[in-house]
Amino acid sequence: MADTMHENGAQKTDTLFGADELVINMGPQHPSTHGVLRVKLKLDGERVVGSECVIGYLHRGVEKIAENRTYQQFAPYVDRMDYVAAVSNGLGYCEAVEKLLVVEAPPRARVIRTILTELQRIASHLLWLGTHALDIGALTPLFYCMREREEVLKIFEKYCGARLTTHAFRIGGLQYEAYDNLEKDVERFCKDFESRIQQYSDLLTGNSIWIGRTRNVGLLNSADCIALGASGPVLRASGVKWDMRKAMPYAAYDQYKFEIPVGTRGDTYDRYMVRIEEMRQSRLICLQAIENIPTGPIMARVGKVLKPPAGEVYHAIEGPKGILGYYIVSDGSVQPYRVRIRPPSFINLQALDKMIRGHLVTDVVAIIGTLDIVLGEVDR
Amino acid sequence: MADESKAPKSPESSQPDVSGSSPAPSAAGATPSSPAKAAAPAPMQVPLDNDLSRRYRERFGAGILDALEDRKQSILIVGAAQLLEIARYSLDEEKFDLLEDYTAVDWPRREKRFDLVAQLYSFTHNTRLRLKIPLGVEERPSTLATTWPAANWLEREIFDLFGIAFLGHPNLKRILLPDEWQGHPLRKDYDILQQDTAWVRENLDIESGQ
Repeated sequence: MADTMHENGAQKTDTLFGADELVINMGPQHPSTHGVLRVKLKLDGERVVGSECVIGYLHRGVEKIAENRTYQQFAPYVDRMDYVAAVSNGLGYCEAVEKLLVVEAPPRARVIRTILTELQRIASHLLWLGTHALDIGALTPLFYCMREREEVLKIFEKYCGARLTTHAFRIGGLQYEAYDNLEKDVERFCKDFESRIQQYSDLLTGNSIWIGRTRNVGLLNSADCIALGASGPVLRASGVKWDMRKAMPYAAYDQYKFEIPVGTRGDTYDRYMVRIEEMRQSRLICLQAIENIPTGPIMARVGKVLKPPAGEVYHAIEGPKGILGYYIVSDGSVQPYRVRIRPPSFINLQALDKMIRGHLVTDVVAIIGTLDIVLGEVDR
Repeated sequence: MADESKAPKSPESSQPDVSGSSPAPSAAGATPSSPAKAAAPAPMQVPLDNDLSRRYRERFGAGILDALEDRKQSILIVGAAQLLEIARYSLDEEKFDLLEDYTAVDWPRREKRFDLVAQLYSFTHNTRLRLKIPLGVEERPSTLATTWPAANWLEREIFDLFGIAFLGHPNLKRILLPDEWQGHPLRKDYDILQQDTAWVRENLDIESGQ
């Protein structure tokens, strides 16, 4: 891979390049990196003894753009960070600005938001599962996962007209009322979905190749997880029973019963099991939520021009990939003074070096997959 | 959320850039665009006086420049000199075991130009605490990577986008932008259309990225 861009800087700081080891490049254009990620691997034979991530290929300066847009204008941009979970990004941003404005979305809006966000979590996990299995060599799950993801995207399309970068929510609530058969569609999806999860599970959970490729691969214990800031399924797979939806509930999560799945060893297999179980729990949340969607307005009184009082707020949600936080500083004008996005993928990726040391190059593919990163969010 | 609702007491601290050392007028003056109207009703930031802030004050005295509460979230304004001890204490004694986020804000009109902003979270107590560290342009804060390893990349990002160099950082170099890039885009005096045209010409073989 011819690349002069970062070579000098890396040599200067001496993080890599010992005497007899081989340094190879993985990426930036590599099918298993799920985007434009370049990993420099220092190898001793085929064993990884060191690594360095080179990121930033997709850097668009999202936080700078935010300072030059109004609060509403910036909302569609957040969809383009973690573009496979646009609805979750939007929820975090809208709720953060609502906190800054000291308003609350009406109950009906909060429940509809919860339903769509949980469907988004399922869609995000499905895409992860399909591609992760594909990386490891299992071709079939991808087709199954895409089949169910399509159903979720159809619901999004019916609701707001968009499938991927949905911009489904507005600051203060929702722009669109739920369409007539939303509950029915969600219910039908959830009914089918239980047996579908079982299908993935049948393909992989007891599969000896799958177990061989994932058991004890990419170990990360809970202390390291917390020290490195890793969150979401990565943290839970290491045995920490913690979920932002329970710890600091937002939207309508305090009304629903669900379990937090945890792993025991913190390896790639545990992270797989945790995400599979999370899909089951998301399905249960959706089923509870459609039982009783409150009636009433879908938009709080926020006015057309948003000028949050000067000050600052930090709000975080449990995104499909981990803690997704927004720190917004207002100077009282129509544009945010500063928007900081705490990207779960970026911070989880930091754990990669620790996880791949001692493993073979083929395992690196599995470990990048198990972190479930989206480079649009890593680079912002 | 970072608990303890207090009744608003004093209006003195209604601007977000309040810190022990900010004689400059206000946050509003610093935006390139519209200055804020002074019509803000009740101040959103009120002094914080709870057990947590008292413990910090007792322990560090003048190291804690101010304690505020904004929309029910606790904020401690901390001097850069004692940052490392305060971080250690937060982790060891107060059990803020997760450095959830670490970033900076630029206030070009202020004497201390930058605020470093750390969001701490405690799994034990399920609370958040925000540390804000006012910082002059030339000041070099100590790295938090020794306390919370998560700070490693976060500090590189701050270095990259704001140009704040951390003392003792294990690998301080740009992370999102190319290593040879000139300038720090999240500074307020870096225009949104500005770029390192020399770098773009040299490396991308085009006249401009716009």
